Amino acid sequence: MSALLEVRGVSKRFGGLVAVSDVSFSIAEGEILGLIGPNGAGKTTLFNIVNGVYKADQGSITFAEKDITRYSPDQVVHLGLARTHQIVKPLNDLTVLDNVTVGACFGREYLDMAAARKVASEVLQQVGLGDRADMMARSLTIAGKKRLEVARALAAKPKLLLLDEVLAGLNPTEVATMIELVRKIRDSGISVLMIEHLMQAIMSLSNRIVVLNLGRKLAEGQPDEVVHNSDVVEAYLGFPDIVDKLTRTD
Amino acid sequence: MSGILASMIDGLLVGAVYGLAAMGLSLIWGVMDVINLTHGAMIALGMFCMYLLFAATGMNPYLLLLPTIGFGLVIGLVVYWMAVHWVVGRSMLMSLLSTFAVNMMVIGIGTAVWSTSPYNVNFVLPGITMGAYTFTGNHIAAAISAVVIALALQLFLYHTRTGKAIRAVADNRDAAELMGISSTAVLSIAFAIGIALACTSGALVSTLFPFTILSGAVYQLKSFVVTILAGLGKPFGALVAGVLLGLLEGVVTPFIAVSWIPLIEFGLFVVVLVAFPQGIFGKRATA
Amino acid sequence: MILRRPFFWIILLIAAGFIYAPLHGNNVSLREDLILIAIAIILASNLNLMIGYTGYVNFGHIVFYGLGGYVGLYLTTVRGWNLVLAALVAGVVVSVCGFLFGLAILRLRGAYFALATIGILQAVQAFVSNFDPWGRSTGMYLSFASYQPLGGARRALWITYFLIIAVMALSMILSLAIKNSKFGLGLFAIREDEDAAVVLGVNATLYKAIIYSVSAFLPAVAGALMFFKNGMIDPSIAFEYMLSLEGIVMLMLGGQGSVIGAALGGTLYEKLRSYLLTSPVLSNFHLVIAGGLLLMVVLFAPGGLIGWLYRWVPRSRKVIE
Repeated sequence: MSALLEVRGVSKRFGGLVAVSDVSFSIAEGEILGLIGPNGAGKTTLFNIVNGVYKADQGSITFAEKDITRYSPDQVVHLGLARTHQIVKPLNDLTVLDNVTVGACFGREYLDMAAARKVASEVLQQVGLGDRADMMARSLTIAGKKRLEVARALAAKPKLLLLDEVLAGLNPTEVATMIELVRKIRDSGISVLMIEHLMQAIMSLSNRIVVLNLGRKLAEGQPDEVVHNSDVVEAYLGFPDIVDKLTRTD
Repeated sequence: MSGILASMIDGLLVGAVYGLAAMGLSLIWGVMDVINLTHGAMIALGMFCMYLLFAATGMNPYLLLLPTIGFGLVIGLVVYWMAVHWVVGRSMLMSLLSTFAVNMMVIGIGTAVWSTSPYNVNFVLPGITMGAYTFTGNHIAAAISAVVIALALQLFLYHTRTGKAIRAVADNRDAAELMGISSTAVLSIAFAIGIALACTSGALVSTLFPFTILSGAVYQLKSFVVTILAGLGKPFGALVAGVLLGLLEGVVTPFIAVSWIPLIEFGLFVVVLVAFPQGIFGKRATA
Repeated sequence: MILRRPFFWIILLIAAGFIYAPLHGNNVSLREDLILIAIAIILASNLNLMIGYTGYVNFGHIVFYGLGGYVGLYLTTVRGWNLVLAALVAGVVVSVCGFLFGLAILRLRGAYFALATIGILQAVQAFVSNFDPWGRSTGMYLSFASYQPLGGARRALWITYFLIIAVMALSMILSLAIKNSKFGLGLFAIREDEDAAVVLGVNATLYKAIIYSVSAFLPAVAGALMFFKNGMIDPSIAFEYMLSLEGIVMLMLGGQGSVIGAALGGTLYEKLRSYLLTSPVLSNFHLVIAGGLLLMVVLFAPGGLIGWLYRWVPRSRKVIE
């Protein structure tokens, strides 16, 4: 079976700094792949390369059997690869509904206004923002803005969704709802690639995990394999007994 | 000595003045992320400041640069508190429009007082003759003054407490505030210095060419070109780029009419912006 | 769809009023007042497409108006074309130029674009001042004979007036149509956050070039009509920097982003200006007052009159476009 997304030997430099170096991985349809690593490991840069914000210096990216290495972000969305931002980027002076309508209008199906509004309303219900459709995006809480990011990306009807730390900054209740949402998204047939710092969340959600450190791929595998990998423990987790904490089931 | 060489040397001398003007724009842009559209009006004010001081005292204009700098600092503070302080950190559109509004007011007042007819500062320093060509003393004195002021600014920025604070704020305003640097004080000082540089360069121009209240616009465009060439927040680079622009003008003026120059400069501006977006957007592009 | 918008019919009513008022009683001086207001509304509305909708300041918007005037006058006088055809062709030619300028400065973002528009104004003015077929810095004059096909000067002036009112109505309708379209939504997304818009699938570079070109069309047509009516053109009146700036003041005053705001700002500012220009004391200071007004709006009411209305009566947002 061919993978939905195939990243091969991708590298990116900024001046003298190597942000991402020779990273390869792939995602199958219907899979959740977790991307973890310490701060500055190059996770967000990797996202930016995959969706075309940055152009890779080396390597190639194939999505749905098309070479998208040189595509711009808007072309990538039309193919069905949508993303959220770690630092939320709401379109402040537009309503919540309009924000999501933008996603539907310019997404994979390139809908007209009327159809896009319908999709947008449905997606808002799905992420639990249905009652806030007419609010200005700027007046949402941080949790609301995170959901808005997800809603806009979902409205594009993607085949693959890149989630960049959607759990960061949320309280435990909000985290639980968001995790539930991500599960539902996967169950609806959309593959997910997610960056996350909340280890317990990502361990329970992901089918597989890729670990980045200093721009390089350090490990890849099932969640429990990865946590027990000694390189990962040393480079990322720092001290060994954290493994017990993470894997302990209460 | 060939005509083109003479024209190039003349261009170099005038270019130092362009560079000084651009330093003012570059400093403000780099430190507070505000594109100062009062720049042209302030250059024009500098011209008239010099004109009035010279008419009143009859002193050597290059000595009158000192009071002109003082005048520029005061005007700079006034403009800062009137239009800039309230929009620093808001969207760039707002600071563009607010400085632009001040520009309109200054030009409006200037037009009402001096009309748009040409003035000049009637002062001639003996020149240097080389073969068939003479370089006027004014050009040489203006270039030397520009370089001296630029060096003084460089020393100020790198070797005084206030100068270092300005650079710290330019680098990272939030971090500088955490270190206890009052960014309001620093921003207002930096803005005043930027305006003083614009006024001073206008004063120097007034000793070289006739001018009107609208003349500042021409030098504003040149300052933008130079600032973009040099890269943001590099005041000393602006001086070098200014000299280069002057040199370029010196090379082309023997061959084409002066009225084409804005077209060439604009072309250069766009080419530089489009060809080196990293140099210009580099500050923001790292994630 | 657009026919269902009440505001569409209001625009038609306004235009009808502009036509009826001076025609009733053949009031030529009222017509001349209204024509200035109409031009102000045309410039402010089309500028709104850039500033209000897309968030890009165009300091050189007047370039389109002046170039349209030149192309129009050249076609009617030198080539002997019919006025309407000449004005339309002027619009198309200038829009194409706009698209090409747009491509040249396509990659520039935000403030850099604004700077480039100042450069474009100066560069175009330098070009026209050196362009022989258009009379270099002395410009071009209309021969009286050009009025003949329209039935003499008197009728020609009235016909030109009606055409300008039509362009005014079209400007507002265009703003309304774009505001409610998918294209408009893409522009709003660019205005709010260009990076986010691109990631959501908006082809920002193309959209920017298109809207820049669209915002050129009607001002160019208006320029062709207006300079035909005035009978002469030269670089300093065609590319009057001041008028370019006043367009921004009008828009900010009325409320950027709003169709009625642009029209309201254009009307009020033009009224204010003609009052100032006829006042013996204040006529020299109209630039100062315009600048002061702009500063006040930017500092205290960045949404202009309409933004202020939206703030106090939030429900008005749905009714007033």
